[in-house]
Amino acid sequence: MSRARTNPLNSVAAHAALITYTLIALFPVWVIVTNSFKSRRAIFSEPLALPDADSFSLIGYQTVMRQGDFVLYFQNSMIVTVVSLALILIFGAMAAFALAEYRFRGNTLWGLYLALGIMIPIRIGTVAILQGMVATGLVNTLAALILVYTAQGLPLAVFILSEFMRQVSDDLKDAGRIDGLSEYRIFFRLVLPLVRPAMATVAVFNMIPIWNDLWFPLILAPAEQVKTLTLGSQVFIGQFVTDWNAVLSALSLAVLPVLVLYIVFSRQLIRGITSGAVK
Amino acid sequence: MTALILDRVNKSFGATKVLHDIDLAVDEGEFVVFVGPSGCGKSTLLRVIAGLEDATSGTVSIGGEDVTRTPPAKRGIAMVFQSYALYPHLDVRGNMALGLKQEGQPRDVIAARIAEAARILDLDPYLARRPAELSGGQRQRVAIGRAITRQPRLFLFDEPLSNLDAALRMNTRIEIAQLHRALAASMVYVTHDQTEAMTLADRIVVLRAGRVEQIGTPMQLYNDPANRFVAGFLGAPSMNFLPAGPDGGVIGIRPEHLAPAPDGAIAGGIVHVERLGGDTNLVVDAGDAGSVTVRMFGQHDARVGERLTLGYDPARAFRFDADGNRLR
Ligand SMILES: Nc1ncnc2c1ncn2[C@@H]1O[C@H](COP(=O)(O)OP(=O)(O)OP(=O)(O)O)[C@@H](O)[C@H]1O
Ligand SMILES: [Mg+2]
Repeated sequence: MSRARTNPLNSVAAHAALITYTLIALFPVWVIVTNSFKSRRAIFSEPLALPDADSFSLIGYQTVMRQGDFVLYFQNSMIVTVVSLALILIFGAMAAFALAEYRFRGNTLWGLYLALGIMIPIRIGTVAILQGMVATGLVNTLAALILVYTAQGLPLAVFILSEFMRQVSDDLKDAGRIDGLSEYRIFFRLVLPLVRPAMATVAVFNMIPIWNDLWFPLILAPAEQVKTLTLGSQVFIGQFVTDWNAVLSALSLAVLPVLVLYIVFSRQLIRGITSGAVK
Repeated sequence: MTALILDRVNKSFGATKVLHDIDLAVDEGEFVVFVGPSGCGKSTLLRVIAGLEDATSGTVSIGGEDVTRTPPAKRGIAMVFQSYALYPHLDVRGNMALGLKQEGQPRDVIAARIAEAARILDLDPYLARRPAELSGGQRQRVAIGRAITRQPRLFLFDEPLSNLDAALRMNTRIEIAQLHRALAASMVYVTHDQTEAMTLADRIVVLRAGRVEQIGTPMQLYNDPANRFVAGFLGAPSMNFLPAGPDGGVIGIRPEHLAPAPDGAIAGGIVHVERLGGDTNLVVDAGDAGSVTVRMFGQHDARVGERLTLGYDPARAFRFDADGNRLR
């Protein structure tokens, strides 16, 4: 292992592979962001060129802002994503703790039942979900989206977090019990801090699909007041004409919050991914 | 008063029965050690005493009070774990204070108890450090300190020394013995190391497969074992067992009770010599009788391959039947 690490050829190869991958992954983002600052003509004539004095234009951003409710869409997306993530993390961690920590009848069965959701895509149940939302009057509310995304994220969260919680020292929890800590304090003060990297992993895995989702906003919450950013951007894509300036500007803006959230979680995430390998 | 009484304690995990009808009384101020091979149920029994596991049946009393249904924090116990189990997010002072805060002790009492524990265990320089910034030995002292500050009616130790290296283990062992004398506290201590058991215990409880094999002072168990298991488990090197008669019975002789004798009953060649300076151990292949160990005081120039005959004093030999029960 130490030879592989010190061998310069291996190191160069690894870096070359990683840099190539990074370039490929970043290329579309790059194209979107640069073109969002260009005039429509320039986008089509020279898609790969940087904006210069001639082609520079903020028309896309102006359209997006003029479209009025964009700030609202932004806010809706943010609320849905952050609240869903919070619910996934808190309920997922609690269920995981119960499964990992307590012996009760049907423990394994419950675990399997919860893991089933990983394999069965939630969209199969769209019709039933819509009927349920109509019946409960939740159609066209952010709550509808939050509930669906929480349900969608929980299985994987429970699965990952319970694996990590099983690794938390039993002696530590028992020491807490002898010192008189309640099960809640043991969970919040002793166990949660130790599985923080796993929580960050779960958060990142769930964040992007929720932020980008078009399906459920379109079906469950298409009303103007509750549109999410992804759904809101669709107004610029028409059947016959598409306002590319506006689409690209909206997409560029949509990247920003995800980027911020990602940076918040990434330190923890990297620790989570490498914790098994390095220790 | 009795510090701890176990009355017909049983414990099963599902269908597997781990503890069978354990009866035990620990006197006030007594140091009792549970020993036994791995998996015999020592930790489980300690956890039942602590309240971390519920007994399937039977009762546990601590300080004259039935605590069978009492949660761990209210049993008046403190426990020291093999893995230290310090709270990683708290410094040493916080680790020792947490249990007292939960009890609702006033601030000055907490400070005084921590100061006292730190003095006894020389922890003063480390009070502001996190567990991650301490060595293994220091962590175990903090864990012991955390137990002391609780001023429990009963201390519980689960193999507290087995993560320490040999030199540190001996020092900490002495420290625990001194602590026991200084606090005059009742202690229950689990180990699979028979040296720790012999050196620390007022009384030893030998467990095998979830049953008590024998209870007694170290010397009672050494000089008067109830059965072949106890005889073989205590003492290092362990007792020699030689076949005796056609009915499967055996004779047990401690290695130090065997000695070279011209007209001895056991003859064989030396296959291995261990020189420890103070002692010399010979492993002798005695043919049908199997291999026997001889422990001789001082240094001897025995050589591998040499033949010798060994004798013993029949009064010091133990006789066991085919089932391992002692014949007297
Ligand atoms: N939570 C559990 N569920 C099922 N079986 C268990 C559980 N805890 C312990 N056991 C079983 O109970 C038996 C006794 O375990 P215990 O931990 O008390 O052994 P021990 O004497 O402390 O051993 P060691 O010296 O290795 O620590 C073992 O056979 C073990 O497999
Ligand atoms: Mg054990």
